[in-house]
Amino acid sequence: MVSAPVQVAPPVEAPARARRLPRWVAPVAGVVAVVVLYVAFRGKAVLPHDDDATLFHWLNDARDWVDANRNSSPIFLYVVNYIRLGAAGVYEAIQAGLVALGWPGLLGLAAGLGWLAGGWRIALVSFAGFAGVGVLGFWEASVETLALTLSSVVLSLLFGIPLGIWAGRSPRVRRIVTPVLDVMQIMPTFSYLSPMVLLFLIGPASATIATMIYAMPPAIRITAMAIQRVSGVAVEASESLGATGWQTLGKVRLPLALNTIMLGVNQTIAAALSMVPLTALIAAPGLGEDLLRALARVNVGAALVPGVAIVLIAIVLDRMTRAAAQRREGGTRARAVRWGGFAVLTAAGLALLPVLAQDFPEQWEVQIVRPINDVVDWIEAHWYTFTGFLNDVVAYGLLNPLQDVLTNAPWWLVTAAVLVFAWRVSGAAAGLVATACLLCVAGLQLWEHAMETLTMVLVASVITIAAGLALGVAAARSRWFAAGLRPLLDAAQTMPSFSYLLPAVALFGNGRFTAITASFIYAVPVVARLVEDGLRAVPGTVMEAARSAGSTDRQLLWKVQLPMARGSLLLAANQGIVMTLAMVVIGALVGAGALGYDVVAGFAQQEDYGKGLAAGVALVLLGVMLDRITQGANGRRSPHKKRNA
Amino acid sequence: MGTAAIEVRGLWKIFGPKADRIIGSPDADLEPAQLRAKTGCTAAVRDVSFEVRPGEVFVVMGLSGSGKSTLVRCLTRLIEPTAGELRIDGQDVRAMSAKQLRELRRHRVSMVFQHFGLLPHRKVVDNVGYGLEIQGVGKAERHEKARRILSLVGLGGHEDSYPEQLSGGMQQRVGLARALAVDPEVLLFDEPFSALDPLIRRDMQAEVIRLHREVGKTMVFITHDLSEALKLGERIAIMRAGAIVQVGTPEELVGAPADEYVADFVRDVPRAQVLSLRWICRAPEPGEPLDGPELPADTVIHDAVPAAMASDRPIRVVAGGELVGVVSRVDLLGAVRPEPQPVAAAASAGATGEEA
Ligand SMILES: Nc1ncnc2c1ncn2[C@@H]1O[C@H](COP(=O)(O)OP(=O)(O)OP(=O)(O)O)[C@@H](O)[C@H]1O
Ligand SMILES: [Mg+2]
Repeated sequence: MVSAPVQVAPPVEAPARARRLPRWVAPVAGVVAVVVLYVAFRGKAVLPHDDDATLFHWLNDARDWVDANRNSSPIFLYVVNYIRLGAAGVYEAIQAGLVALGWPGLLGLAAGLGWLAGGWRIALVSFAGFAGVGVLGFWEASVETLALTLSSVVLSLLFGIPLGIWAGRSPRVRRIVTPVLDVMQIMPTFSYLSPMVLLFLIGPASATIATMIYAMPPAIRITAMAIQRVSGVAVEASESLGATGWQTLGKVRLPLALNTIMLGVNQTIAAALSMVPLTALIAAPGLGEDLLRALARVNVGAALVPGVAIVLIAIVLDRMTRAAAQRREGGTRARAVRWGGFAVLTAAGLALLPVLAQDFPEQWEVQIVRPINDVVDWIEAHWYTFTGFLNDVVAYGLLNPLQDVLTNAPWWLVTAAVLVFAWRVSGAAAGLVATACLLCVAGLQLWEHAMETLTMVLVASVITIAAGLALGVAAARSRWFAAGLRPLLDAAQTMPSFSYLLPAVALFGNGRFTAITASFIYAVPVVARLVEDGLRAVPGTVMEAARSAGSTDRQLLWKVQLPMARGSLLLAANQGIVMTLAMVVIGALVGAGALGYDVVAGFAQQEDYGKGLAAGVALVLLGVMLDRITQGANGRRSPHKKRNA
Repeated sequence: MGTAAIEVRGLWKIFGPKADRIIGSPDADLEPAQLRAKTGCTAAVRDVSFEVRPGEVFVVMGLSGSGKSTLVRCLTRLIEPTAGELRIDGQDVRAMSAKQLRELRRHRVSMVFQHFGLLPHRKVVDNVGYGLEIQGVGKAERHEKARRILSLVGLGGHEDSYPEQLSGGMQQRVGLARALAVDPEVLLFDEPFSALDPLIRRDMQAEVIRLHREVGKTMVFITHDLSEALKLGERIAIMRAGAIVQVGTPEELVGAPADEYVADFVRDVPRAQVLSLRWICRAPEPGEPLDGPELPADTVIHDAVPAAMASDRPIRVVAGGELVGVVSRVDLLGAVRPEPQPVAAAASAGATGEEA
């Protein structure tokens, strides 16, 4: 009785540990093998870039065929063209409505909606934000951008929310939808554009559809999650009273899920605002046009002002929807005050419409392009030793050597290395998918450019992950540091993605390093936050036990917190890499070249269309490959796997 | 008293802002609830003093929230005490530097936790070896040691499992093995078996008794379960609202509870199994026959029954060869009767007892 074991389980066979090799042997052997093979086969079996690859011509021909048959093929006549007309209709209606409101009406409506969503604070933010856009001198372009954003968001929600509800109710639908959404979220923005042009031509309709698709995943995902999370007890209660499925949906599930769904709207708007400016590449009107033109001329001041305008719009829409998501129903009195305020503010705006000029008054506009450019010039003049030094260190120390290796290594060696690495890190399935993606990239005749993009992504993500890790660890260990970091991270996450290019351009001019810097600023907040959250999630009981055994702080970090946060760390790496890829691609707008540039060139030159389309696909493949390699979060070597399964 | 393994004098722990100002002020005498209302601070440990002898099993018990966990964590300064003296093996713990404190935790005092606190990413053997690992002991040696300890706690053969593959009872054995692996002088247990079901709890208690017999460590054992306390404790301290109400052997607590609170605690104890004859013997009445069976004074009442059955003469209770008193059959019956007598107002104390 005294020493009876609690439960008799068959003893595990003690493995023959003496004969097993140390764990570092295999990776080191792998690295040595790759180095030896590289030295031996350097320059052989390389796939240099060829602008005249047959595939590109073939794609051009396909495009020509589509153009020729656009008005005769039944698919276009009865499906594609109608979709296009529908999207164009939505856009034009919203745009006409916004224009008809005039600037006083729109300001009044914005303030009214802000009031409705979150009281006087949000009303003030909305008013000030939109007025600021006018003061910056970009009223008309902003209205275009707003119209594009709203029309694509409306369409995203129109399709996304029902789909989300369906996915939330049906596990089977969820199983189908989830992987599709996963891939959609990895796809860099650019990749959405080329196929749109093929189907819907260039212009606002095409831009609306591209943005709609890009912005839909969060709407679907968050709606599904919201519906799933509705308390089973409430649903059961409703059903026990004899409610039909639709009644339960309309009276219980949706109302209970509403606040969360509002968060989905918030995320959808944020995604749309990341995409809309880029659709200027396919001739969509709005702030993006001014922005891209200025970037092309490396006129930082002229790019920064429309950039700030987009950020202002983003902040207003974010605060508004976020406040709406947090809102709690008040009594009748409170409701009367809310709607009354809304009506008064909107009516005030509209009433001023006939009195005031149709255009935003020019005398209120301030010119800040010149001063900004002066600052940029000053930075260039005084900080050049520093910025130039950083640029050179990264370019000559990291980018060039790595790119040299990747482009001069035989394609089979790179592929084999990816296969083995992905296999080790994330398992066989991931390894095979990653390899297949890479082989397809080779098949697209874009190997060399893909390796250039990969170089930038690798360098940027190493820097990003290292910095994010350091910041996350610091934030997890010091409450002070965390308190300082939080608002910065929050602010960073409201900004549309391309706006990160602007400070980078201001500091470093055009080039690959600028793209890397932008990716860094873009991805570091997310990485740091995931790391911090992961470390903080380590249970206090475990930490206490380790501390009571006499662990130093360093031992706590290395032996307890980091290993236990493994899942979050891998997720952080994964997100860091995917976000870096997204940004490096946009970096083509500031001279980062590679695949991103191929896509952009495809819109500019008729004869480069095929290459652009192929590059867009190659980017998707690259994204899937990088994502698979770092999907070890649910990988095989974690002891947690069983619990999750 | 340099011989005590643990020596605590006037220990205080007050959670909250400006806690150190409260000690010495009149506020310190307030009940915790009043103190919280007045200052916003929580007094979790209030002026606690006790000593633990080397090799002793010292049990601290009390209701939930009475400050037991806080007290035991103060002993290795996992929670920093607000005031008081604290010595382990004669060394002043409160004066220790961070480094000395780590050394203390690494080599001399180990702790077993209610929720195990195992590292889910490590195998059982590496969990047990954790303490050795952070001391810098080499892998082969610590695995060797961990295996030995694991078989000592009855977990041989489970070295390569992960904690989550084990049942709760087995996980706590791992926790126990981890604490034992560094060969500490003192083991601290914070309600180690509360999360386990009753049968496994009994096994584990037996395990602790066995280990104590085999390795003879000093143990401080926190529990809110009276039967556990009686089973394990050589001496028991009863805590209420942060203060120790009474310290004594199980017999002393049952036989002479210091106040209603303690009496209420021990009310359901089967007295016949705890009290010895010493507690119920009386001077022989004139004319009483003194030729009955003779029993030592520390015989438990329960064990005196056969002797009383065998003879109708009063039992003669002796200690050190001297007669200390006699116990008749009626006395025995009186002691076995369920309602304890030392507290006249037991009925009114019933209200507090419900919370337990
Ligand atoms: N970190 C803390 N901050 C503030 N108050 C605390 C803290 N830890 C404990 N307390 C308070 O101190 C008092 C004693 O808590 P403690 O955990 O020591 O009780 P306990 O006797 O171990 O109870 P249980 O049997 O439930 O474990 C409680 O009132 C608790 O609220
Ligand atoms: Mg406790």
